[in-house]
Amino acid sequence: MLLKFAMLQLRNQAQAEDAVQETLMAAIQGAKNFAGKSSVRTWLVGILKHKIVDLIRRSSRERPLDLPDEETSLEDFDALYREDGHYASMPAEWGDPETALSQRRFFETLERCLERLPKNTARVFMMREVMGIETDEICKELAITATNCWVLLYRARMSLRACLEERWFAIRA
Amino acid sequence: MKLKLTCKEAGRLISEGLDRKLSLPQRIALRLHLTICDACTRINAQFRFLRRAALRYPGPERDGGES
Repeated sequence: MLLKFAMLQLRNQAQAEDAVQETLMAAIQGAKNFAGKSSVRTWLVGILKHKIVDLIRRSSRERPLDLPDEETSLEDFDALYREDGHYASMPAEWGDPETALSQRRFFETLERCLERLPKNTARVFMMREVMGIETDEICKELAITATNCWVLLYRARMSLRACLEERWFAIRA
Repeated sequence: MKLKLTCKEAGRLISEGLDRKLSLPQRIALRLHLTICDACTRINAQFRFLRRAALRYPGPERDGGES
């Protein structure tokens, strides 16, 4: 589970293994600080998030992000809209999506949707929404422009909402 | 900045509004658009839901369990 989490963010097996190993080391050293207020899993994920942010900060200084044009273009999204700028097909009503947040299967679906995103798109989305890093810092760490950052986040959100609609909400509505 | 947005423009502003403070004219244009557009109102709610879901990722260990 930890390795999968790290892989989704880092998309690099060696780096992901490093992050997990450092997490487990830190957990062993800090075991007495574990207050038992959360589950062990939640506690480990918390440590892993910090380790991943550290790794991103270290590696971004070594090499800037390689960003292919198709991830920063929005041309492929034109198909979602009619010529007058309205949606070609209406976004579905998701009912009460909050109930999904207590279901393990929902998060497995979200994970599969994240895996289908292009590498950098997934990475920026994870940094922003899973790690909660501010956009300025993401741009700086990855050495990309603010505009590219916003485009990647927009692409991620539009793709994820379509993926969740198809694979979760349409099935259960 | 024009006041009348297409859904395509509104979608980008909804997303950007989660990552930076929009300018006043952008906020007004988006607010106006959302009052008349059901599709974008759904997109707005769904992007916000995605944020809540991502914050809880990887989610509960068991159904209905702690997340």
